[in-house]
Amino acid sequence: MLTTIRVNGVDHDVDVDPRTSLLDLLREGLDLKGTKKGCDHGQCGACTVLVNGVRINACLSLAVMHDGDAVLTVEGLASGELLHPVQQAFLTEDAFQCGYCTPGQICSAVGLLAEVAAGQPSEATADLDGPVTLTDAEIRERMSGNICRCSAYPQILAAVRRAAGAAA
Amino acid sequence: MSTVRDWAAPNPVTENRSGLIGKPVDRYEGRLKVTGTAPYAYEVETPAPPLFGHIVSSTLARGRIASVDISAAEAAPGVVRVWTHLNVPAQAARGTRLNPRSQRASNPALESDRVEHYGQSVAFVLADTPENARAAGGLVRITYEAEPADLDFLSSLDQAGPAPGEEDARIGDFEAGYSASEVTVDATWFSPLQNHAQMEPCATTAWWEGDKVVVHTSIQMVKGGQHALAETLGVPSDRVRLFTRYIGGGFGGKGQSYDDLTLAALGARETGRPVRVAYTRQQMFQATIHRPAVQMRVRLGADQSGRLNAMALEAVTHCARNAPFVEHAANFARNLYAAPNRLTGHRLVRLDIPHAGAMRAPGEAPGMLSLECAMDELAETLGLDPIELRIRNEPEVDPDNAKPFSVRQLVRCMQEGAQQFGWERRNPVPGAVREGRWYVGMGMATAIRGNFLLPAKAGLRLTGDGVATLTQGMTDIGTGTYTILAQITGETLGLTLDQVRVELGDSDMPPAPGSGGQFGAATAGSAAYETGMVMRRRLAELAAGDPRSPLYGEDPTLMDFANGNIVLGNRSESLAALAARAGPEGVYVEGGISPAADARDWSQHTYGAQFAEVGVDSVTGEVRLRRMFGVFAAGRILNAKLAKSQITGGMIWGVGAALTESNPVDPRYGSFLHQDLGGYLAPVHADIVNLDAVLLDEADDKANPMGIKGVGELGICGAGAAIANAVYNACGVRLRDYPLTPDKVLAALEAKGL
Amino acid sequence: MKPFAFERARDVDHALSLAAASPGARFLAGGTNLLDLMKLEIEQPPRLIDVGRLPLADIAETAAGGLRIGALATNTAVASDPKVRRRYPALARAILAGGSVQLRNKATVGGNLMQRTRCPYFMDAAKPCNKRLPGSGCSAMEGLSSTLALFGASEMCIAVSPSDMSVALAAFDAVAETVRADGSVQRRSVETLHRLPGEAPQVDTDLAPDELILAVELPPPPEGGQAWRKVRARASYTGALASVAVAGDRVALGAVAARPWRARAAESALADGASPAEAAAAELASAEGEDGRKALVRRLAADVIRQAREGVGS
Repeated sequence: MLTTIRVNGVDHDVDVDPRTSLLDLLREGLDLKGTKKGCDHGQCGACTVLVNGVRINACLSLAVMHDGDAVLTVEGLASGELLHPVQQAFLTEDAFQCGYCTPGQICSAVGLLAEVAAGQPSEATADLDGPVTLTDAEIRERMSGNICRCSAYPQILAAVRRAAGAAA
Repeated sequence: MSTVRDWAAPNPVTENRSGLIGKPVDRYEGRLKVTGTAPYAYEVETPAPPLFGHIVSSTLARGRIASVDISAAEAAPGVVRVWTHLNVPAQAARGTRLNPRSQRASNPALESDRVEHYGQSVAFVLADTPENARAAGGLVRITYEAEPADLDFLSSLDQAGPAPGEEDARIGDFEAGYSASEVTVDATWFSPLQNHAQMEPCATTAWWEGDKVVVHTSIQMVKGGQHALAETLGVPSDRVRLFTRYIGGGFGGKGQSYDDLTLAALGARETGRPVRVAYTRQQMFQATIHRPAVQMRVRLGADQSGRLNAMALEAVTHCARNAPFVEHAANFARNLYAAPNRLTGHRLVRLDIPHAGAMRAPGEAPGMLSLECAMDELAETLGLDPIELRIRNEPEVDPDNAKPFSVRQLVRCMQEGAQQFGWERRNPVPGAVREGRWYVGMGMATAIRGNFLLPAKAGLRLTGDGVATLTQGMTDIGTGTYTILAQITGETLGLTLDQVRVELGDSDMPPAPGSGGQFGAATAGSAAYETGMVMRRRLAELAAGDPRSPLYGEDPTLMDFANGNIVLGNRSESLAALAARAGPEGVYVEGGISPAADARDWSQHTYGAQFAEVGVDSVTGEVRLRRMFGVFAAGRILNAKLAKSQITGGMIWGVGAALTESNPVDPRYGSFLHQDLGGYLAPVHADIVNLDAVLLDEADDKANPMGIKGVGELGICGAGAAIANAVYNACGVRLRDYPLTPDKVLAALEAKGL
Repeated sequence: MKPFAFERARDVDHALSLAAASPGARFLAGGTNLLDLMKLEIEQPPRLIDVGRLPLADIAETAAGGLRIGALATNTAVASDPKVRRRYPALARAILAGGSVQLRNKATVGGNLMQRTRCPYFMDAAKPCNKRLPGSGCSAMEGLSSTLALFGASEMCIAVSPSDMSVALAAFDAVAETVRADGSVQRRSVETLHRLPGEAPQVDTDLAPDELILAVELPPPPEGGQAWRKVRARASYTGALASVAVAGDRVALGAVAARPWRARAAESALADGASPAEAAAAELASAEGEDGRKALVRRLAADVIRQAREGVGS
């Protein structure tokens, strides 16, 4: 099925099997293997990408659903040699070990910062009627859709905090 | 053979003049990982467009395949091959070892009509796309003849037999000592079956180059994988080139190869195309190894002062009927506390379920969940602080074998931990601290995990650009191997980190045992260090023997290495120039490490103390971590940042073991209840609150030339017990059945009328 | 995944006519549940009708002073909406307790209502399950799952609805507005949108195959406090062992039945002046199942009712 999709700023016209997930299109069709397949069922977050600026699980979406959408993956974050502030913060804080969940964590953190800036609440938000501030509890809750089995959570927290500071 | 005395002399690493050792530098391969450009096994470029394999798994626990119908699958779009036991290409019979030096025997896939566990591979589909392969897999029709199967551990305890080749360890007379004790504890703990749940599913990409197969696979042991595949294919191991450069988590579960490796290699051979095969998440649960459940009875006998007179830890565990494995849950207790009368041992039940195997800190991880809570119970009975009780039972020599400790800072770990954690604020009366609807409590436990050194080699090449490249058939499963080998090599040769490269995970490289058992850093690192020392000698000799060198004619044993130069007095020459003169290949040396002949004359362990504060919801029984802190001693630390990551990662595994992780076998089917990450609850970020760790200064000069030890498994040891003890302190409920889920906590609260 | 035809609906009528013409076709919105099940071949629709871009995502106040939430509003959009946060905080809390941000960014209100049980035996196509394969039996009855129905189960099925959102919607007396290919519009209570399993657990709802949810309508929030709580072993990103939503004098329980369970017995006890604990006990009097599960729900319900009454908020 013919689908036009913009990935990391590049338009692609692809003919995809309707069954192909957005994740498999990225990995197999477009050879962007930075986005990882951990569970293929929305239960780990390793496949997190940003679609039109919003983070989703690429495994639970069909490529054909994204005709005309703009997708940002981990490969699209850095500017040449200059890492995205979230990538740099993950590196500095050692916010990963095996690295397999890392692209998803990083895309998730990028989405998180935008969500907080937009004032979207989370389960950790004490006052739903008030402004949203990026406390540690907020970061932990908002990053809970990305499992890290190496369990780099304390360092991921530090990295998101650092990146948020850099963005502020 | 060397002795530990040979290791005692100062050396470049222990002198650490450029300060690379211990330095918290960023992860060597970190940039690749944060940009998504580190290629994992499934992702490597192939020389031609690949085919995609999908494995079909059995839905029977034990019996035989009665009938097979692959016609619909074969006719499905894009399908290239469909194999079952009836038509799979020939492989060596299971257990074949044509080469007696092979580290692993053959491990054929789809070998027969026998089904030995639920989830066993029963068919394999190769197709042009992943979608077509998987859909065709769903069209394979298999019927089974079931046979009686033993599937339920707890109802099979009466069938437990001795662990193969083992006897109980008895010192003194436990029974007499126990019955003569003034104060006793006798209780039984249960640690459930757990899964590794690595984020990267097992995967292989394979292609053939002539009569040689190239495989990229996700495995912790390079040689083990290479040899297993060679034996299975019936070819010499040099016909298998195995790469495993980036591994998305192992934790012991990828210590062996699985059918993805075998079937990818066979598929590529039969089709002449590259093949990619990955396990599904469901297959990761059902078709790879797991940590078996363990039931542990602990008996402690002490006098009124708290001195242990008798101690027993008896563990019953399980393994697959034809794949012996013992979760050595009692072993750690042999070396931990003094007591004249001791009994430890294991019993084993054989079940018709997937293979049990090693998972992060096998033995200690479940084992310490029992004894370290029993000590808490004993302390309470005696009215002693749990730390004081442990100090009163601190042995002067290893209580198992009377060997001296190489170094043992357990008491210091407890004392420093207590101080930094604020242990003195703990109210010893359970249930005394309330915050809103939360009971709040603190608990502690100790950690102990053995230290091992295995034989390993490494290669090192210095080229005319002044870059030293270390090569080793070793793996980095997220443990930091790349980084620490670069640091060791840089420090040994007086190079900066940007002058050092590290290449791992290739079976053509000098062999190392791989990642496991917390031995990786010490083993691979020591080999890298020794190889660096070989390089120093070679370079010094080259300089001394070369009239073009400013050091010509000097005594090579007096030459030093610093700032990229070889130096003697006020004369020096850059390593780059020295290597350039040696030709385009530069200078290449190999070296290696072997355990010292007398290394086992000392009792060598890593130690720690774990502290936890939890809240228990008085309404629902939910347990939430409030903070956790650990102090650990594990030899010289090569990279403060990465070592701490390893340690805290282990502690978080302890949180999972204590609170959420369990995968029961459904005794009707032989399958696991949870076959995905939605059901099997590994901790998520929100579970981990205010968790930190400290590593003490230490150097263990009996361990290896650098005095380093492993940190990969220490963090999990005792961590869950500290949490269970905190739960008791919070609400007065002693739960001995892990994990401490809300249903169990609430039932106990209700039973107490709370 | 079985092969299927994929079609993007141009408008609501197009979606409905495609559905009416294709037996077994399914509407696809966010896809977070349907695609999950299709990968496991638990769902095998021959055709997917992508309704994801239909203009049904508005959240607007109604003339009655309530709120109309378009079926395609994402879970995130609803929980982030200032009107929802200010006036229906228990609904915002319930939504935010479900899944992960990534899932909530994709999942829609209509899809959330339509999501199927996550009973592990339903999710494993190799196991007997009357909901998946009618007549094959129920593996959960004698099984190991820790989340079984306490209310409204049958001999055929004991699975529970996994939706957190719908528990709060039930407490707010929300109504789902649907439309069929023949143009007929229906208003169905969210509370009873899902059928109890009875003899036909394979049928989740009363919706016809060509019936599309257009919106969910909330009446004005009731007088009195609101509260929400969800119990789970893991602190986030996991289903409820039990949940409770309270809105004024209305109480709904989650993860205890095939539908969000309005605790009518508790509500009438409260109306008669019972304490929260007495009201919760009254509701649990008719529960069938494990004592531990009953105790959890009883204690939780009592506490959340008390919390709502004390105006602690949610």
